[in-house]
Amino acid sequence: MSASLTLVILMAVMYAAGVYVMLERSLTRVLIGFLLVGNATNLLIFIMSGRPGSSPIVTGTSVDDMVDPIPQVLMLTAIVINFGITALLLALIYRSWWLAQLGDEGDTLTDEHAAESADQADNAFRSSSDDDDAVAESIDEFERGDGATSDEDTDTQKTDAAGRAAASTSAASFGEEDPR
Amino acid sequence: MVPFLLAFVMLSVLTPWLTRYLGTRVFYLIALLPAAAFAYTLTQTATVTAGGAVKQSIPWIPQLGISLSFRVDTLAWLLALVVTGIGALVLVYCARYFTDDEPSLGRFAALLLAFAGTMYGLVTADDLVIMFMFWEITSVLSYLLIGHYTHKRESRGAALQALIVTTFGGLVMLVGVVMISVASGTTSLAYIVANPVTDTMGTWAVLLILVGALSKSALVPFHFWLPAAMAAPTPVSAYLHAAAMVKAGIYIVARLAPGYADSDGWLPVLVTLGVWTMVVGAWRALRQYDLKLLLAYGTVSQLGFLMIAIGFNTRDTALAGAALLLAHALYKATLFLVVGVIDHRAGTRDWRKLSGIGRNAPALAVIALVAVASMAGLPPLFGFVAKEAVFTSLLDAGVGGSGWGYVALIGTAVGSVLTVAYSIRFFWGAFGTRKEQPATVLHASPWDTLFAPGVLTVATIGLGLFASVLDPLLAPYADTVPGIGTLTEPPYHLALWHGLEPALYLSAVVLLLGAMLFRARRGVSKLQARVPDYIDAGRGYGKAIRSVDRVAARVTHFAQRGGLPQYLGTILSVFVVALGFAAFVNRTWPDSIVLWDYPGQVLIALIMAICAVMAARVGQRMTAVILAGVTGYGLVTLFAFHGAPDLALTQALVESITLVIFVLVLRRLPANIAQHNKPVRRKRRLLIGSLVGLVMGTIGFIALGARDFESIAGALPRLSVDDGHGDNIVNVMLVDIRAWDTMGEVSVLIVVATGVASLLFVSGRNAVVPRLKESRSLRSGANRRRVVADPELSSEGHAVTRQAFLLAGRKNDPSSRSILIEVLVRLLFHPAMIVSIYLLFAGHNLPGGGFAGGLLAGLALVARYLAGGRYELSEAAPIDPGKILGLGVILAVGMAVLSLFFDGIPLESAYFTATVPVLGDLSFGTSTIFDIGVYLVVIGLTYDILRSLGSEIDRQSEADGIGQRPEPDAEAPADSNEPPADTAVGVRIDPQTETSTGGGSQ
Repeated sequence: MSASLTLVILMAVMYAAGVYVMLERSLTRVLIGFLLVGNATNLLIFIMSGRPGSSPIVTGTSVDDMVDPIPQVLMLTAIVINFGITALLLALIYRSWWLAQLGDEGDTLTDEHAAESADQADNAFRSSSDDDDAVAESIDEFERGDGATSDEDTDTQKTDAAGRAAASTSAASFGEEDPR
Repeated sequence: MVPFLLAFVMLSVLTPWLTRYLGTRVFYLIALLPAAAFAYTLTQTATVTAGGAVKQSIPWIPQLGISLSFRVDTLAWLLALVVTGIGALVLVYCARYFTDDEPSLGRFAALLLAFAGTMYGLVTADDLVIMFMFWEITSVLSYLLIGHYTHKRESRGAALQALIVTTFGGLVMLVGVVMISVASGTTSLAYIVANPVTDTMGTWAVLLILVGALSKSALVPFHFWLPAAMAAPTPVSAYLHAAAMVKAGIYIVARLAPGYADSDGWLPVLVTLGVWTMVVGAWRALRQYDLKLLLAYGTVSQLGFLMIAIGFNTRDTALAGAALLLAHALYKATLFLVVGVIDHRAGTRDWRKLSGIGRNAPALAVIALVAVASMAGLPPLFGFVAKEAVFTSLLDAGVGGSGWGYVALIGTAVGSVLTVAYSIRFFWGAFGTRKEQPATVLHASPWDTLFAPGVLTVATIGLGLFASVLDPLLAPYADTVPGIGTLTEPPYHLALWHGLEPALYLSAVVLLLGAMLFRARRGVSKLQARVPDYIDAGRGYGKAIRSVDRVAARVTHFAQRGGLPQYLGTILSVFVVALGFAAFVNRTWPDSIVLWDYPGQVLIALIMAICAVMAARVGQRMTAVILAGVTGYGLVTLFAFHGAPDLALTQALVESITLVIFVLVLRRLPANIAQHNKPVRRKRRLLIGSLVGLVMGTIGFIALGARDFESIAGALPRLSVDDGHGDNIVNVMLVDIRAWDTMGEVSVLIVVATGVASLLFVSGRNAVVPRLKESRSLRSGANRRRVVADPELSSEGHAVTRQAFLLAGRKNDPSSRSILIEVLVRLLFHPAMIVSIYLLFAGHNLPGGGFAGGLLAGLALVARYLAGGRYELSEAAPIDPGKILGLGVILAVGMAVLSLFFDGIPLESAYFTATVPVLGDLSFGTSTIFDIGVYLVVIGLTYDILRSLGSEIDRQSEADGIGQRPEPDAEAPADSNEPPADTAVGVRIDPQTETSTGGGSQ
């Protein structure tokens, strides 16, 4: 197989330009990047069909000169799909601009987690461990009993339990319901 | 067995509904099913005792050798009796335990019944994979049952804990299941046990399965979930966590023991963990005040005991283990049910608040006493028989030369001493009379609450007295275990009285020590308080889960803070590194490279490259879009010069429509890109972009040189002409040779069209097809020709009577109308539609086809819209685009299905040729119908896009009150800078403002 160096270089340039714009924050830019990368990809498939030749339409003339039709078939569907996806992205851009009420900000979206600290991220997961705390707490409560008559209640256990109770105050409010 | 399982499923599904009518009486009804299964299992006794097995098998996934096969042998028979019998009794008990106003009673009843069925399936399944399925279902059902009190935090937490621990074990076990079925080449448990896999793989597989068994049966270090699971209603504890589910682990060990008890690691693991569990569980049980929790820890302890007995590798221990399993199920279920009664009648389970229950409820006390005595191992009860058997068989094993025999014997003896102590403590605590406490007030309860525990107690006594009757029933299982001991002595038999033998003395010593331990309870309490919990598995679990959560949070926080650019950058960097490396080590290159195919190519490429770079740099949206469009048109010329007319045609049409759509959307967005956020990290983006370009270029080169075989293109002309009846190979491939591909693509287009429409028309797409009120009369032929007065332009003096070129032209703002465009569109629309149809049909032999035709028709619609606005668009195509899409896909799919009726494969096409006068020979293929479907889908897509991004945005901006805001030089700049925020809400609430005008179109 041989191919034209010009086309390969063109493809590389289009990829580079497309990726460069795609990495911006503005959604329109991302879409322009998508168009360029899409065209570059079509070009890549196109290069695979080799050197130019006659169109793949059987006209009674020589078949040897004909270009490979398979990449063309793949590209034809790709072109139409590209069109559809572009429209979908445009609708998405419009919708997000509308919903986020960005106005003159255009379609630039801020980073969703940029301002979030690591502690805040931890908080998102805290609820499940609260449940586990509640389990441990309720078992301990039963085991410890109410304290007064028991001779097993040592001081160390009390402080330990108090510390745990403070750690999961929310759990305590759930622990008092009628146990079956 | 299979009919019973089906019945379980169906009755469980019906139960919530039945509960609505029957209330708690539904439990009596559904208890009949496990009772029937119990009776059915009893009918199999004769076969099983003779050493045979009842089998049933239905093929399920023959490719994997998995079938719904069930097999009842002695072990399965025993377990099936336990789970169905106790299941029925617990269900009966539930009828009195709950009241009609219990929340979600129907769900509970259904789940409990389903659980009974699942356990029955688990113990009777012969296929390892099916067994595993039931195994996992029990985990899920136990999760739902433990979490019955959904409003309680500890209930939910305990449910999740049990689920995570048991499914963790289950996952490990699944690996073992797969390994062992691969190694032995079958999924039949009976075969796997009869022909053990003895190599390393088999050993590891069995050890992995043991992990699952240990987690299910709550052995150290997984034991903590069982006490926590006591948050469940008491019947659940009695059934799942004493008699049934926790026995599943014991069952699988018992099932595998005949084949694998001698494999490496089996005995050390089971004996060590068993002894540890037995001692730790009993130790903790000894300090509980909550009766239910005491039983829970006692269960943990007893499960350790059971695991030792069942897992030990001699024939006698197997017999003893089977007996112990039955004994434990009987007395522990009884005790849980008794605690449930106490809880209900006294209102508490804390024994320090109870006093005098033994006097006031003698029947309950007697039942509890028998069960406790059986647990402690007092003659003449069944617990005693089983414990004696275990001691004797372990001693035999030790004498027979197994060191683990002595370890197990000492461990179980120590554990039994503690067991005796906490048994006494339980009875004393629950039923004793405390002087300092007033007698507990007991609520009345109907006699039949004692039915279920009573039956179980009778069984405990009866089996104890007639243990020798049970012996031949269990012996067939024990005989399958070929361990040491069988050869040296006569086999052991279950019996109440074996004479004065070592085990009897041991039992006596154990009882004595246990009683002493109970007497010295104050000292024991002090000691317990002094011994710290070195290892608390429950808290360890909590820590592990918490650290997993924290790591997950940190990772998410680290990886997902940069927004879209960072994600894309990460993906592309990985791409560059991975494929760059692959390209770097590549050694194949194309044989020849030419600089250009023809000189013009360089010029086109240069223009395209410049435009691409410019598109990346300019700040104006529209400019950038147009520059990107130029690269697309550049492709058109490249295609055209290269021998790809179809591509050139399609690309040109697509490029034009894309430009228009861009303009339609961008007119509402601010003109400049990112005014406030200046582009950042330019160097990094430039670096990533260049590297991606470089890598892609290299990949292109390598791909060109990587062809090993000739292209199949050579065969295509013949295929196309002879089989596809078309000269245009590209089109024939689209609609015939690779029609499936096109079918997929058509589906994508429909999804896209629906997506675009749903993003714009948030609530229903049919509501907003704006139509002119007068369209119907205007359309009639007579009216078309008549000259009508233009109401917009009529003025005093002379009536302006002009024919409208476009139906909706007058709807537009006169200042933005262009009569020239209206005339042009009027003249061009119909020819364009005709050409599009020509392209559609000619495409089979000439450039064209459904895609190009559809796009051209779409472009004609675009022109109508641009000239006349949204009313004109609706008048041009007065039909819902969804219907066009639907018709198109019906044609395409219909074609695929149709050929099936003519014994063809899907999408196979047929051709009809006929000689028609004048026209000559005509050939019409069914693939043309397919192409018409494609054509319609493309039109529908374009129309839908136009209606959403054109008409709907028009409507929204009009509703906003901002009006058309076309170009930067609009007359009111202050107005155009106003964000839509203020009015957007009102619009979204009322998206149907336009419906009144379009009433006739629905």
